[in-house]
Amino acid sequence: MDTSFSAEDIAFRDEVREFFATHYTQDLRDRIADDDTFKEAVTEWQKKLHKQGWVAPGWPAEYGGTGWNPTQKFIYDSERAAAGVRDVIPFGLTMVAPVIYTFGTPEQKEEFLPKILATDIWWCQGYSEPGAGSDLASLKTKAEVDGDDYVVNGTKVWTTVAQHADWIFCLVRTSSEGKRQQGITFLLIDMKTPGITVNPIVTIDNHHSLNEVIFDNVRVPVANRIGEENKGWTYAKALLAHERTGIAGVSDSKRNLDQVREFAAKEINGGKSLLAEPSFQKRLSDIEIDLMALEYTELRVLATVAAGGAPGAESSMLKIKGTEMQQAIQILRMEVAAYYQGVLPNDMSKEQLGHDFGSDARQAYMYGRAATVYGGSNEIQRNVIAKAVLGL
Amino acid sequence: MNFDFTEEQIMLRDSVERYMREDYDFDTRRGVADSELGMSKENWQTFAELGWLSIPFTEEHGGFGGDAVDTMLVMEEFGKGLLVEPYLATVVLFGGALQKSGNQAAQDTLIPKIIDGSCLGALAYLERQSRFELADVLSSAKSDGDGYLLNGEKVVVLNGANADQLIVSARTSGEQSDDAGITLFLLAADTAGVERTDYRMMDGQRVANITLKDVRVGADAVLGEVDNGLAILNAVAMDANLALAAEAVGIMGQLNTKTLEYTKTREQFGVAIGSFQTLQHRMVDTFMDYEQSKSMLYRAVCALTNGEEDATTAVHALKVLVDRAGTRVYSEAIQIHGGMGLTDELDIGHYAKRLMMILTTFGNGDYHQAKFNEIRYS
Repeated sequence: MDTSFSAEDIAFRDEVREFFATHYTQDLRDRIADDDTFKEAVTEWQKKLHKQGWVAPGWPAEYGGTGWNPTQKFIYDSERAAAGVRDVIPFGLTMVAPVIYTFGTPEQKEEFLPKILATDIWWCQGYSEPGAGSDLASLKTKAEVDGDDYVVNGTKVWTTVAQHADWIFCLVRTSSEGKRQQGITFLLIDMKTPGITVNPIVTIDNHHSLNEVIFDNVRVPVANRIGEENKGWTYAKALLAHERTGIAGVSDSKRNLDQVREFAAKEINGGKSLLAEPSFQKRLSDIEIDLMALEYTELRVLATVAAGGAPGAESSMLKIKGTEMQQAIQILRMEVAAYYQGVLPNDMSKEQLGHDFGSDARQAYMYGRAATVYGGSNEIQRNVIAKAVLGL
Repeated sequence: MNFDFTEEQIMLRDSVERYMREDYDFDTRRGVADSELGMSKENWQTFAELGWLSIPFTEEHGGFGGDAVDTMLVMEEFGKGLLVEPYLATVVLFGGALQKSGNQAAQDTLIPKIIDGSCLGALAYLERQSRFELADVLSSAKSDGDGYLLNGEKVVVLNGANADQLIVSARTSGEQSDDAGITLFLLAADTAGVERTDYRMMDGQRVANITLKDVRVGADAVLGEVDNGLAILNAVAMDANLALAAEAVGIMGQLNTKTLEYTKTREQFGVAIGSFQTLQHRMVDTFMDYEQSKSMLYRAVCALTNGEEDATTAVHALKVLVDRAGTRVYSEAIQIHGGMGLTDELDIGHYAKRLMMILTTFGNGDYHQAKFNEIRYS
């Protein structure tokens, strides 16, 4: 058992640190933070990462992945988060791409993988429906074969970045026979196809990132189906386990917690720093200690995966603990902001307002409620562990 | 980075695992705990033959030359079988202090005896007022000719009654809680003026209160440097906290496994109670408590064996996490076992009681969290 860094690891860490410091500029940060320039700035950043060869740490090397070992992945992600660098938009690079390179046809791989690597196309995920959330298999969006096409009808909901997406990967119902999971097919759909309508959903953070996507007689070539008809559930499940390993967000949580500590040190209450209050210290260390352990839980899972094991129910644990900690940090930041936690987006400068992080804290906290709901709610994850690990 | 164990380590772990499973079942263990000595000398000899008593000692003294990973592996198995023999007291505490003291003569004499099973030891570090502060020492050591005269009282000394040799902390200078001024002394348990009163604890451990009345020892009884004994005590406490956390992880695993098995067979309202979602989710939480504890244990052990600066922080964090997690695990185990969880007949309560004692030994969660906060937030 050894978790020390080798000389090569240290050199790699320095290289990564240097790269982020040089290339993730303040200008880029500002444009990514602005809704009007968000898509263009994120695309620009991801293209830089692609040029560097680092945009897909999770992919096998043969498809353009980095071929990094778990230590290198750990170092990369730690450095990325510590530098306050936004992680890549997951829908293409970490969600649909593994399905395409694992289950797709040679033509699909050739068509989509290079474009995903280069961020030439943006993706969104069409899973949830108005009547099918955590009970995903109850989905009703229907696809019927007509010649060389499927004709798709139905509604998807909670679709993040659908307003920016060029493509959507969808689970659709192709059969109502047998078990519900058996009649589901995995389709890749061009968002420019006639019959698709995207309606915004404004969330409690007063922001638009979620959408409703309506399909009205949308024609999708059969060639855009992943794998076999009615086997989509299997492909999606493999993806979900993949999605959950990264979902813990340990590196970002570490940085966010460090920030809370810095903010708390500057916050004065009755002549004394908030950070000096034992009750606040206890709340901070409750999270920090749990996070120290989760970091090693994640490393243990990564090591298992690297040794050829599959990320199974352990990834559910990472999802549960990781999102609970994200939310615990978000609420702490709100409390440090005190009255300013309620500030809505406005045009005032920080000087005029008298505060610098209240509105960000509010937005992160409010939108952060989604983390224990999406990707299979944390209650569903507990069911998964009860069944798969405990055998109940 | 890897979390693999060497072949040697796996063999060591398997040997302890097999022994605990085949030769140390719950009734056997209960018999040992209830016996006159509260341990079995015969078992102890077996441990010596199997090489377990040699693990942390250098090859120069006939030891295995193991590190914190080796100790972790055996302690976890000891936890699973609820070992009552004084492994922690003799090998980790007494042997650890001896090893860290740099006192060659004492090491040459005693370490081979620890290894062959002929010397049982105890580290008398605690006093009735000191709670978790190792520096809170009132027992005194006054220069007396060539040697020292020891006076005072040590309490809850693990293996205090059965020990052949004692290591005692006493004040050679300074005030009650000063870091400096504490010196460690090595003495035979039957030295004139040493009086021992032994009693049993709820986890089957036999401990003693030891009074020292004008106990005369030579200058060669000093272990390490005069006035600088706290450094050794702190280092031993760090090893002990890792060993105890490993034992706790072993116990947590057993409690979770046994509770889960119970819910699969125990029927209420015509179904196995394991089918109730409210119990399933609670068992998922205790499963995560176990995994998180294990991860933190690995983190702390790696920090120590890598010689990282923040090893102390990691050990504080470990004790906090294991305290919170362990408390939830044993509480849920008793609750989910219902009335049976309250019986002396079932092993669940015995695991709980050992776990509770582990959590308070060398500082409970609150104590270590305050230390952690001091390092991280001031």
